[in-house]
Amino acid sequence: MDKRCSMREAISASVKDGSSIVIDGFTHLICFAAGHEIIRQGVKDLTAIRLTPDLVYDQLIEAGAVKKLVFSWAGNPGVGSLHALRRRSEASSTERLELEEYSHFGLLSRFLAASAGLPFWPLDNYQGADIARVNPAIKTVRCPYTDRELATVPALHPDVAIIHCQRADMEGNAQVWGLLGSQKEVAFAARKVIVVAEQIVPTEVIRKDPNRTLVPGIIVSHVVHEPWGCHPSFVQGFHDRDNDFYVKWEDISRKPETYRAWLEEFVYGVKDRQGYLAKLETGLLDTLRAKARVCEGVDYGY
Amino acid sequence: MGTESVSTASERMAWRAAQELHDGDVVFVGIGLPNLACNLARATHAPGLFMIYESGAVGAIPERLPVSIGDPSLVTDSLAVVGQADIFQCLLQRGLIEVGFLGGAQVDRWGNINTTVIGDYANPKVRLPGSGGACEIAVHARRLLIVMRMGKRTFVEKCDFITSPGHRMNGKTRAELGLPGGGPTRIITDLGVLDFDATGEAVLSEVYPGVTSDQVRAACGWPLRVADSVRTTGEPDTSVLSLLRERLDPQRLYL
Repeated sequence: MDKRCSMREAISASVKDGSSIVIDGFTHLICFAAGHEIIRQGVKDLTAIRLTPDLVYDQLIEAGAVKKLVFSWAGNPGVGSLHALRRRSEASSTERLELEEYSHFGLLSRFLAASAGLPFWPLDNYQGADIARVNPAIKTVRCPYTDRELATVPALHPDVAIIHCQRADMEGNAQVWGLLGSQKEVAFAARKVIVVAEQIVPTEVIRKDPNRTLVPGIIVSHVVHEPWGCHPSFVQGFHDRDNDFYVKWEDISRKPETYRAWLEEFVYGVKDRQGYLAKLETGLLDTLRAKARVCEGVDYGY
Repeated sequence: MGTESVSTASERMAWRAAQELHDGDVVFVGIGLPNLACNLARATHAPGLFMIYESGAVGAIPERLPVSIGDPSLVTDSLAVVGQADIFQCLLQRGLIEVGFLGGAQVDRWGNINTTVIGDYANPKVRLPGSGGACEIAVHARRLLIVMRMGKRTFVEKCDFITSPGHRMNGKTRAELGLPGGGPTRIITDLGVLDFDATGEAVLSEVYPGVTSDQVRAACGWPLRVADSVRTTGEPDTSVLSLLRERLDPQRLYL
């Protein structure tokens, strides 16, 4: 089945007021294009979930789309803080954001449980730490075999997972290489999956290299072709991280006025991703384009 | 650039942390100074250092200094790239990590670390990034190295929040709580090095040249115990300094 559609169609069909969503990726493959479309559609009261909420989640918070954040590490990776998040969580804040906090493995374990169809996942963690004290969802269980006490976290089924990949076919069989983050676990945990791809390829291309498929099309509802949809994040083999942007973001996002002005210009002020890309400095994308690093092929014959 | 022969605080810390790494150690690398320390160790006395990043890169040998824990240069030429579930379950929780590295906003005398909030959790003065993988690294690494600059605001009597457990948490020991890893072995600071005694308390054991024990005690937020004999730590020589400045961090991202 051909599941291809525009980003606008995929988001309006899947993300509603009050939805729980994951725009996944671990520094790699973070689909800023999807976040910006959600902001443009004016969706409210989202529960935004990700191990590492970063700039695009902060933009969703600043735009007023998020009611609650479920996370394990929130920052501008390698640079600094998320300023909308800080403004909404520190002592002076009047409109406090609801936070539900884990460690990386704790939140990942919630996706593992959901992706395995189990009610919870055990982990050997949190002894002596305050994380379990402030998060009542973290409980303990006594192992029926060894009698050891282990921490547990409940399964988490997000309404929508948005997964960016290097290439997919029109049915949503999605191939990823480089850092895999928690994309697979998140996709299997979610009720609905949107696959966004740098390239749409014929199914034969996927079938020739089946080990590289991370997300199978049977769990995918929409396929969006959106090259450069991850800028300023990176896509291995396609383009590098725009680190200058991450550094500049520290100043842009520190003051509400400059933050709002940026959203007006680069998110509300454009129709779609093409419009955003057209606003970037001339030549920037060429500078970021990855150098070729092709691996030796393998033989799948029998 | 690279001509000044006196080392900076960051250079000393990176160099001293590198001394803790042995050839062949499997190390869970954090970004910033720990990353630099690992690259320095690999370029000098520990060419076989096995570097694992929580982003999924296993046996990475990045050709440029990664700007974040998930830099594409960690993927190129790695031995394996795996999902984060594998990193945390099969490598860390399985007990395969010898050395973990952590820093934070606060550390206390038992090596507990706070990277979550300053102030009350529900009503924080400063909201920090949170644990990430730090809590599980502190739980599972066989040896944990803490790298932090000293000051009364960072070396505190009691952490506002224990993100990553050290040796004693609210009076309970690691053994009593069933923590599998060894806990913190050293705190490497810009003034000197703290070890931990048999009770799990941090004790000043080394100072850099020109630093006195009293200076270190004055920079600590609790009455810091001092070892019977405090040794003077060496300093990075000019070859190490030029390696750090010219090859390992030419853009001075962390130095």
